[in-house]
Amino acid sequence: MNREIRGAEDNSAGRGTVDEALLELVSVHKRFGGLHAVNDVSFKVAPGTIKAVIGPNGAGKTTLFNLIAGNLPVSTGSIHFQGQEIQGKKPHQIARLGMARTFQNIKLFQGMTALECIMVGRHVRSRAGFFAGMFSLPSTWKEERAIRESSLELLELMEIAECADVEATSLAFGQQRAVEMARALAAEPRLLLLDEPAAGLNIYETAEVARLICRIRDMGITVLLVEHDMSLVMDISDEIVVLCFGRKLAEDIPLHIQKNIEVIKIYLGEDDALAA
Amino acid sequence: MQQRKILALAALCLLVVGLHLAAVLTGSLFYLTQLTMAAYYGLVIIGLGTLMGYAGQISLGHAGFFAIGGYLAASLTTRNLAIFQDSWPVRWLEGLGMLKSAQNLAGEPLLTMVPWAACGCAVAAAALIALLIGIPVLKLQGHYLAMATLGFGTIIYRILLASPYFGEADGISEVPGFTLLPALGQLGPVMVSGDPGLRVANYYLAWGVLILGMGLLLNLIGSRVGRALRSLHSSPEAAEAAGVDTSRFKLQVFVLSAVYAALAGVLLTHFNGGIGPSEASVMKSVRYVALVAVGGMAHLWGTLLMGVTLTFLSLRGVFGTFDDAVFGTILILVMLFAPEGILSLRLKQVWNAIFSGARS
Repeated sequence: MNREIRGAEDNSAGRGTVDEALLELVSVHKRFGGLHAVNDVSFKVAPGTIKAVIGPNGAGKTTLFNLIAGNLPVSTGSIHFQGQEIQGKKPHQIARLGMARTFQNIKLFQGMTALECIMVGRHVRSRAGFFAGMFSLPSTWKEERAIRESSLELLELMEIAECADVEATSLAFGQQRAVEMARALAAEPRLLLLDEPAAGLNIYETAEVARLICRIRDMGITVLLVEHDMSLVMDISDEIVVLCFGRKLAEDIPLHIQKNIEVIKIYLGEDDALAA
Repeated sequence: MQQRKILALAALCLLVVGLHLAAVLTGSLFYLTQLTMAAYYGLVIIGLGTLMGYAGQISLGHAGFFAIGGYLAASLTTRNLAIFQDSWPVRWLEGLGMLKSAQNLAGEPLLTMVPWAACGCAVAAAALIALLIGIPVLKLQGHYLAMATLGFGTIIYRILLASPYFGEADGISEVPGFTLLPALGQLGPVMVSGDPGLRVANYYLAWGVLILGMGLLLNLIGSRVGRALRSLHSSPEAAEAAGVDTSRFKLQVFVLSAVYAALAGVLLTHFNGGIGPSEASVMKSVRYVALVAVGGMAHLWGTLLMGVTLTFLSLRGVFGTFDDAVFGTILILVMLFAPEGILSLRLKQVWNAIFSGARS
C-alpha cells in the first residue's frame, strides 16, 4: 500500500502549538437521564500509535466510541480531532475529516457485494453527484475505475479477494469483519476506530487481526480500539486507557497496566488482587 | 454491467416496436393509446421504485406530485390571463416569450402560458414542494414516513377538490397539445396530444421518454450516488460512518422521484387533454406503491415491466369494477409469495410453499 495519506499537511499547519495529539478528549461527560455513562474522561491519542480502551462490561467503552464518531452528542466537554473541535458534528462530517470506524455488531450493507460495500467506503474520497451519475458523465468514468481498483486492492490486503462478488452479508463471520475493516480503510482515514475487532474470533483469527492492526499502523494510520481480548490488547497497544463505570481508572503503557493494582481489582475481584 | 444495461434497454426498444407491429397486424391500433398512457404511469413507478427499492424510503403521496405536475400544466395552459394583462408579472412573462395570445370561441382575447413554460413551472413547483415537504418528513422512518406522506397526498387531493381554480370535482379539460418541437420542413411538429392522427407518434414519444428516464435511473443506481442510496437503505449508521450524508441523499432522491412523477403528470395531462381529481387520490398512491412492490422492491426492470403491464390491463378495463380489489389482491399475493418481486419468482418454490402449507 503506497497510498498517500492526505491531511498530513493540514495537521501540522493548522495548529500553532507543538501539541501533537491527533485526537484529544477534554473532560468528556455523557449522561443518559440519571446514568452517568461517561464521566470526566480525558486522554490524547498520538499520531501513528495504537491506543486501546479496555474496561469491564458497561464501563462506557462503546458509548465513548459513539461520542467520538458523532453518533451521540456529548453532554459536556470537548473532543478535538486534528486540532478541530468535532463534538456536535454529524458522523458523516467527522468521517470526511479523516476518521473511520467499524462496529461491534457488524453493519454491512444488505444486497451489496463485498466489493460494493468497500466501494461505499471510498465515498469521502470521490465526488460524483446525482447529475453526474444519471448522465454517466465522462468525468465519472475515471473516478469509478479508481474507486474499483483501490477497493480491489483492499480486498487483496484483507486476503478475501475471492469474495469480491459475493453478497457481503452471506460471507463467513471473519470475512465480514474483514470487509468492514476494508470499508473503513477505503476512506484513507487518519484515525481508525475499531470496536471489538476480535469479538467472536478464535485465537488464530485473533492473531491474524493483531498482525493486521499493526500493518495498518505501519501504513501511517492511527488506531484507537475497544477490545475485551486482553492478549490482543497487551500485545499490540502502545498505550491503554482503562475505563470503569464511566470513569478513567488508568492510562499507561501495557506493562504498567498489567501491574496496576486498581486494574487487577476490577478484572479479578478484590480478594484475588490482594492475594496477587 | 454497462453492456447488459444497454442490451436490456435495446431489448425494450425492440419490444416497443414489436408491440406497434402487433397492433398494426391485428388491426387494433387503438391499443396504442393505453400503451402510451401506461408508459407515462411507468415513469411515476420507476421514479418511486428508485426511492423505495434502493433508498428504502416509502412514499404514499406520489399521486400528489403527479397531480401537482398535471394540474399546474393544465391550469397554466388553459386559464386566461387576459384580465391581468397590465400587471407586471404577466408583462414580464410576456416579455420572456412565455405567453401565447389567441382568441376564444366568443372572440375575446385569450392569454395563456405556452406548454413549455407551463411544464417548467409545474415540474419546478413539484420539486420545490418535494423539497419543503421532504426536509421535515424524511426525518421519519417506516410507518411514520408512510403516514406523513399519506397526509401530504390527502392534503393535495383536498386542495384540488376544493379550489375553483383547479376545477373542483370536474378537474380541468380542453388542455391543448404540447408542441415539443415545431414543424421542420416536411416533418410535422412533435406534439404530445391525444389527436388520433398523432397516436403512433405519441406512442413512440411516451416510450422514448420512459426508456430515457429508465436509462438515467439505471446509470444513477450503478454510480457512486446509487451505492450511497443502497447503503443508507440497509444501514444508515454505517453509511454515515462511511461519510454518506444520509439526510441529504434521501432528500435528493425524494425530489428526483417527485420530478419523475410531476413530469409524467404534465405529459399525460397534455396527452389526455385534461386531468381530474381522481389522479391525486390516495388510492392512486397506494396503487403506485403496490406496482413497485409487484415488480420487486430493488429491481427496477421488474418494476418497469410489471408496472406498465398491470397499468395497461387496468386501463383496458380488464379488471372492470374490481380494479382496486384486483390491485389489493395482487399486493397480498406478492407480499406472501414473492416479496422480492414477480421476476424473482421460481415457480417450484411457489408450488412448494403452497403445498407444504397445505400438508402441514
